[in-house]
Amino acid sequence: MIGFDLIAPHLPVLTVVVPLIAGFLTPIIGWIDRRLPWYWVVLAMFVVLLIAGNNLVTVINSGTIQYKLGGWDPPFGIEYVIDLLNGFVCLIIAFIAFMVSIYSKESVKKEVPGKTTPFYAVFLLLITGLMGMTITGDIFNFYVFLEISSLTAYALIAMGDRGDGVVASFNYLIMGTVAASFILLGIGYLYAVTGTLNMADMQNILPGVYESKVVLAALAFFMVGFSIKVGLFPLHSWLPDAYTHAPSTASALIAGLMTKVGAYAMIRFMFGVFTPDFVINTTQMTNILAWAAALAIIVGSVLAIAQSDIKRMLAYSSISQIGYILLGVGLANMIGMEGGLLHLLNHALMKCALFLVAGAIFYKTGIRNLYQFKGLGKKMPVTTTVFLIAALSMIGVPGTVGFTSKWYLALGSVDAGQWIFVFVILLSSLLNIVYFWRIFDNIWFGHPHEIENIKRDEAPLTMLVPMVILAVLCVFFGFFAYYPVHYVIEPLSEALLGLGGVLSR
Amino acid sequence: MVTEINSITPLLAVLVSMIAAVLILASGKYPNLREGWTFVAAFIKFGLVISMLPLILKGDVITYTVVEMLPDIPIAFKVDAFGILFAITSSFLWIFVTSYSIGYMRSLNEHAQTRYFFCFAIALSSAVGIAFSANLVTLFLFYELLTISTYPLVAHNETPEAISSGRKYLTYLMIAGVSLLFAIVVVYHYTGTTEFSFSGIAGMDAIPQTTLVILFVTFMIGCAKAAFMPLHAWLPAAMVAPTPVSALLHAVAVVKAGVFTALRVILYVFGVDLMQDSGIWLYMAYFVSITIILASIYALMQDNLKKRLAYSTVSQLSYIVLGAVLITPHGLTGGMLHIPYHAFMKITLFMCAGALIVTAQKENISEMKGIARQMPITMIAFTVGALGMIGMPPVGGYVTKWFLLLGAAELHSMILIAVLLVSAVLNAAYFFPVIYVAFFKKPDHELKYKEAPLTMLIPLVVTAIISIVIGIWPDAPGMFLDIVEIAVANVTGGGI
Repeated sequence: MIGFDLIAPHLPVLTVVVPLIAGFLTPIIGWIDRRLPWYWVVLAMFVVLLIAGNNLVTVINSGTIQYKLGGWDPPFGIEYVIDLLNGFVCLIIAFIAFMVSIYSKESVKKEVPGKTTPFYAVFLLLITGLMGMTITGDIFNFYVFLEISSLTAYALIAMGDRGDGVVASFNYLIMGTVAASFILLGIGYLYAVTGTLNMADMQNILPGVYESKVVLAALAFFMVGFSIKVGLFPLHSWLPDAYTHAPSTASALIAGLMTKVGAYAMIRFMFGVFTPDFVINTTQMTNILAWAAALAIIVGSVLAIAQSDIKRMLAYSSISQIGYILLGVGLANMIGMEGGLLHLLNHALMKCALFLVAGAIFYKTGIRNLYQFKGLGKKMPVTTTVFLIAALSMIGVPGTVGFTSKWYLALGSVDAGQWIFVFVILLSSLLNIVYFWRIFDNIWFGHPHEIENIKRDEAPLTMLVPMVILAVLCVFFGFFAYYPVHYVIEPLSEALLGLGGVLSR
Repeated sequence: MVTEINSITPLLAVLVSMIAAVLILASGKYPNLREGWTFVAAFIKFGLVISMLPLILKGDVITYTVVEMLPDIPIAFKVDAFGILFAITSSFLWIFVTSYSIGYMRSLNEHAQTRYFFCFAIALSSAVGIAFSANLVTLFLFYELLTISTYPLVAHNETPEAISSGRKYLTYLMIAGVSLLFAIVVVYHYTGTTEFSFSGIAGMDAIPQTTLVILFVTFMIGCAKAAFMPLHAWLPAAMVAPTPVSALLHAVAVVKAGVFTALRVILYVFGVDLMQDSGIWLYMAYFVSITIILASIYALMQDNLKKRLAYSTVSQLSYIVLGAVLITPHGLTGGMLHIPYHAFMKITLFMCAGALIVTAQKENISEMKGIARQMPITMIAFTVGALGMIGMPPVGGYVTKWFLLLGAAELHSMILIAVLLVSAVLNAAYFFPVIYVAFFKKPDHELKYKEAPLTMLIPLVVTAIISIVIGIWPDAPGMFLDIVEIAVANVTGGGI
C-alpha cells in the first residue's frame, strides 16, 4: 500500500480538503450528467467518513494528532489539531453527513427541482466549513470556516419553501452576522492581548493576563456569539424559521450538525482557549450557562407543544435539546460533562432521524401539519416506526440513547447539588411526551374506519436505509453506551475539566 | 449460603415473547398462525420460568449480565424466590388469557388484532423482565416498556373515550416513571449502585432522615402502577380496554409490577432493618390502610362490573404492600403470597365479566338480573372468585388474610386488625349483591342457557378451580407458599 503510506500523514487535513475539492468539482460533474452529483456526494462523504473514523481511532490509540499546514511551525503557521474532542465531533459530522447524503437523492430532486447541482456543491462546502471549524487549532482559521459554514447554510435554507425560505434565510443571515461579528471581535481582542492566534499557545499565555478586562470582554463576546449560533434561548429566534423552511435534506443536516458544531466551539473556547479554572470558578461562566440552558430546556419544550408544523416542532425541540448539551457542560463536573458530550452524539442521531422522517412524510404526502398524519402508520409503517423509536429516544425511554444522556445529566445535577436542574430534566421529558405522543395518537389511532382502505406506500429505499440505520443506532447506543463513554467521553471529560489527562499536547 | 448460578435462561424467558411479537407482526394476515405464535410463546415462556424453579427452591439464585449499558450500570438479571413468584404468576396466566383472548376478540370481531397480540406479547416480556431484574435500572427499563406497550391496549377502541382514557393512563404512569427515575438517580448518587440486595442496598442508612423520607415518597409515587389511593385513577380509566387486557394486565401483570416494584424497593433497596429503624413502615402501613378501606367504598358505588372489579383491585393491591411494611415474617408471607393468590382470583372474576360482555352484552350489574340462569358456569366461577376475595375458605383468599392478620396481631396493632376486618366486610358488601342479582333476582324476560365459547369458558373454569386448590392445599410442595417462605427467609435473614 504505497499510496496509502503517502496519504496517511495527511489524513487529518483531508477531512477538510476532500469535501472542499469535491464541492468545487460538483458543477463540472453536474454538467456532464445531472444525475451524477448525488453519486459524487455520497462517494465524497463516504471517504470523509472513513478518514474521520481513522482519525478518531488514531487519537484513541496514540494520542493527539498535530498537522502543520504547509509545514509552517505553530504558532506562526496554521495548525490542525485532532484530539478526542474534535475527533469525536468530526466523526459525528462525517457520519450524519453521509447518512443525509444518501437520503438526499429523491428529496432534493423533488424539493429543489433544477437546482440539484448547486445544492450538492453548497452541501459539500457546508461540510467543509463544519469540518474546518472543528478540526482547526488556529483561532482565526476557525473564523474563516465559521463564515464558510454560515454562508453555505444561508444558501441552503434559501433554496427551501418559496418565499418563506428566503425570508428565513435572511433572518438567519442577520443574526448569524451579528454572532460572527461578536466572535471576530473576541478573536481580535485575544490577539491584541496575547499576540498569537494558535489556540494552544493562547491557552498558555492567557492565564498571565486574566486580570485584563479585554480578556473578560472577549469571553463574553464569544459566549454571546456562540449562543446565537447554537440557538440558545433567548437568542434562538432565527432557528425555528430556518429549520422549518429549509429543504428537508438541509433541515436534517443543519439541525443535526450546525448547532452541534456551535456547541463544540463553545466547549473548545471555554476549555481549550481559556482554562477550566477561569470559566468555572473565576468568571462563573459555566454556572451562567447552566441556568440559561435550563431555561432553554423548559421554554423550548413548552413552545414545541404549541406547534402544529412538524418541522417547526422539531426545531423548538432542538432548542430544548441544545439546552441539555450546554447544561451538561455548565454543570462542570465529571458526570454532567459526560452527559453533555454524550448528548452531542445522541441528539445528532435522534434529531437527524426525526427530520429525515419529516422529510420522507413530506415527500410522500406533502403534509407537514401533524394533525393530518392520521393513518400514516398504515401507509408508511417503516417510516413511522423510525419516528416512534427516535421520538421515544427524545423522551428518554430506557434502552434508547436519550436515556443515557438523561441519566448522566440528572446524576450530574445531583452531584452538583443543583436539585432544580434534576427537576428541569425530568419535567422536560414529560413535556417531550406531551408533544410526541399526540403525533403517535394521530399516526396510529386516527379514524379506524377511514384508514381501512389506505394502501402501503413507503418512501423510496434511498430514504429508508439511512433512517433505519439511525433508528437502529438510537437503540444500539442505548444499550451499548459503554463504548463511546469508556473510550472517548470519560477521558475527554477529565481532560476538559483539567482533572488529569491532556486535551491537546 | 446462597449460591449464584450463571445462566442465560432468564434472558431467554424475557426474550421469547419479544421474538413472538415480531413473528406476530409478520404473520398478521394469517390469524391462526398469529395466535399460534402467541400460544407457543406462552408455553415456552412458562416452561423456561418453571425450569428455574428447582434451583430457586434449593435456595440458590440465578444471575445473568446482559450488557454493561454504561460504566457501572449493567443490564442484568437475577432470579430469586420473590422474582420467580411474580414471573410464574404472569407467565402461567398468559397461557389461559391467550386462549381467552382468541375467543373474546373473535367473538366481538375486534379490529387491529395484530397490534393487540403484538403489544400483549411485549407487555408480558416486560412483566417477566421486571420480575427478573437484578438492579433498579434494569427494572426501570422494563417498567417503562410495560407502560408504553400497554398504552395501545388501553386505547385499543380508538374512540375519543378510549384515547382520553389512554392519555390518563399515560399521564399517571409516565409521571410515575419520572419519579422512579429520580429516586433511582438519588440512590445511585448516595450508594454508587442500584443492585438489589437481600438486606437492602449497603449505604442507604447513611442518607439523612429527611432525604430518606423524600426518597421513599418519590419511590412510592414511582410505583403508581400499584394504584395507591391518590394515584389510582388510571386503573378504573383503563377498564375501557378489551376485557382480556383488564384481566391479565390490569389485574395481574401491570398492577402487580407496581406492587412488585414497591416491595423490591421496600425490602431489597431500603431493607427490613432500615424500614424499621427509620419508622417509615408504620406511616406506610397507615397510608395503604386508607387505600384498602376507601377503594372498597368506591367499589360499592360502581354499577359497571369491570369498574367495581378495578376498585376492588386497588384495594387488594394495598394488602400486598401492607403485608410487606408489617415487616414481621407472617406479614411478609401474607403480602407476597397475595401476589399469586389475588392474581388467580381476580383474573377469574375479570374473565367472567368479559364472558358476560361477549355472551349477554351486559356490563352493568343492575342489568344482570337472573343472568345465572343463562350462564350458570360463568356465574359459579364468579362466585368462587368473589368468595376468595372476601376471604372465605376454601377459596385461596383466606390463606393470605390469615397471614396478614397474624402479622398485624404480632404487632399488637388494633388499628391494622380492624382495617383488615372492616375491609373483609366491605368486600362482602360489594360482591354479594352481584351474586344475589345474578342468582336470585327474576330476569325481565325469559333467559335461555347460553355460555361463552369454550376458548373463554375453559380458562375461567380452570383458574377458578386453581383458586380453590391453592386454598385447600396451600402448602403443597413447590407451590407458592414454599417459594414465598424462601423469599421471606432471604429478606429477614432466617426462617419463619
